[in-house]
Amino acid sequence: MKNYIIRRLLTLIPVLLGISVAIFLIMQLIPGDVVTGILGIEETPELRAMWERRLGLDKPLVVQYFNWISGVVRGDFGESFRTGAKVFPEILSRFAVSAELALIACIVAWIIALPLGVLSALKRNSITDRIVRIIALLGVSVPNFATATLLILFLALAFGYYSPIRYVSFLENPLVNLEIMLFPAIVMGGSMAGSVMRMTRSSLLEVLRQDFIKAVRAKGAPERVTIMRHAFKNASIPIVTLVGMQMGILMGGTVVIEQIFSIPGLGQYLLTGIFQRDYPIVQGSVLFMAFIYVFINLLVDIIYTYIDPRISYS
Amino acid sequence: MSDIKRITKKRKFRKDNTLYLLLRDPLGRAGFMGIALIVLLAIFAPYISNFDVAEIHSKDRLQAPNSTYWFGTDNFGRDIFSRIVYGARVSLIVGIVSVSIAAGIGFILGIISGYFEGRIETTIMMVMDVLFAFPSILLALLIVAVLGTSIVNTMIAIGIVNIPVFTRTVRASVKSIKSLDFVADAKSIGLKDRDILIRHIAPNSLASFIVQATLALSSAILTEATMSFLGLGIRPPEPSWGSMLSESRAFMELAPWMVIFPALFIILTILSFNILGDALRDVLDPKLKL
Repeated sequence: MKNYIIRRLLTLIPVLLGISVAIFLIMQLIPGDVVTGILGIEETPELRAMWERRLGLDKPLVVQYFNWISGVVRGDFGESFRTGAKVFPEILSRFAVSAELALIACIVAWIIALPLGVLSALKRNSITDRIVRIIALLGVSVPNFATATLLILFLALAFGYYSPIRYVSFLENPLVNLEIMLFPAIVMGGSMAGSVMRMTRSSLLEVLRQDFIKAVRAKGAPERVTIMRHAFKNASIPIVTLVGMQMGILMGGTVVIEQIFSIPGLGQYLLTGIFQRDYPIVQGSVLFMAFIYVFINLLVDIIYTYIDPRISYS
Repeated sequence: MSDIKRITKKRKFRKDNTLYLLLRDPLGRAGFMGIALIVLLAIFAPYISNFDVAEIHSKDRLQAPNSTYWFGTDNFGRDIFSRIVYGARVSLIVGIVSVSIAAGIGFILGIISGYFEGRIETTIMMVMDVLFAFPSILLALLIVAVLGTSIVNTMIAIGIVNIPVFTRTVRASVKSIKSLDFVADAKSIGLKDRDILIRHIAPNSLASFIVQATLALSSAILTEATMSFLGLGIRPPEPSWGSMLSESRAFMELAPWMVIFPALFIILTILSFNILGDALRDVLDPKLKL
């Protein structure tokens, strides 16, 4: 097992390097260049030369990449053009906020999706099944930002409710923090629940058709045991895969949701970077998010081996 | 006798017809009608809309829906109905162009990497894996952040983001088709690789490709709406449902219609495409039926 994890970690290296090269190359596409972006009309040849030296832009592309990536490995993602503050500590503190939001969203999604998905599979083609499938389809199809805007409108018009304007961290005041996180998490969890529900239904139906379920029933096992211990466990691999993939989508989703609900997470930081053309922030945040996405997928792979010991480590 | 023959022949034709099978399914029919509505709005936008999209009626700001302004007016006094109708055009054009970019490049790369093994396949798939490792909206935002916001850059960004999905789908189906007997037969009678690819493998990979294209179209429209909502997609005053929804947030309590109509049309469009995609998958690829 340990060897398997180490081997999987090693296979990550080329992917992570690939991601960093991709981001670095995309950043080279900036029309004009970064210095023009910073200086604007105040540009003079002297100022330009100074900034180029300062940012290392006077060196060849390959050297620039190695300088950047060796900084990244040491936890140095560069400094913000605007404030001069180090980008990495800011990314870390904001990531904690986004991760909390994503985690609560996941919990919301599981609470909704798993029981409804199982119910829908067990009562296949009944009215309950149809209703659940329509809910799932809506969950998959209604965009986060539309649900979020409609929800804010509904809460304001129907209950006169507005969520707290100032962000409070969990350690500062857990209750207010949860109040702030609740509605964004419901919006994100709701849309994630749609696909998890569909996957739970279809993979459970597939397992229920197999012979070993007949054998379990034939030996007289109660229906609850048949479903939960035998069928659901076997159906859970595709569900776990999907949850892993969804976590990545959730990371992207935080960009929109954090903006709408004014939550100071990593997504909002990235957007600020984009609007202010603060490229170290953009480059750093995207790299960090993509790394997290890849690591979550690795985690999913490792969880597989626990769920299904038949998956070989070799 | 000849009548019976004709009827059975006709029936046989109809049962094999994808469109017939699709429309027989109630969900497929609903999705088809939803998309037809959006397409008609987009095509006939100049005839349907009552006003120019940028026409400002400063005396009629924030008007509730009425007989002149069917969906009400926004904070500048622009007619929301006309903007929704033209917004359909923007959504569809961005969706179709970006999916065409993705599908065209993805199809070629998928066929090549599926058919030729070895270094070409490894290289192509490595690039695809890297692109796939980004959450899609993130990559699109990064590209637009670098290129700048415009309708063309939005289409390029969404196009690039969707390439890996097509490459993977087509490659997988090429690989499975390649192992079938008829390809070996084609090889044995001396057909060149290029002819086998174009004449035999490409047409057989089309089913999964079409399903993917429908789903990609909905995700492209969604990405455009999301980017415009964030202010990084279509630039005002060009009407985009995403940016309309975003602009409405400041006035949502005063003028809820500014929120409701763009939201409804975004939901209707994405829902219709997803339903149609599901139904198409069931018809074209029954093995994948959920």
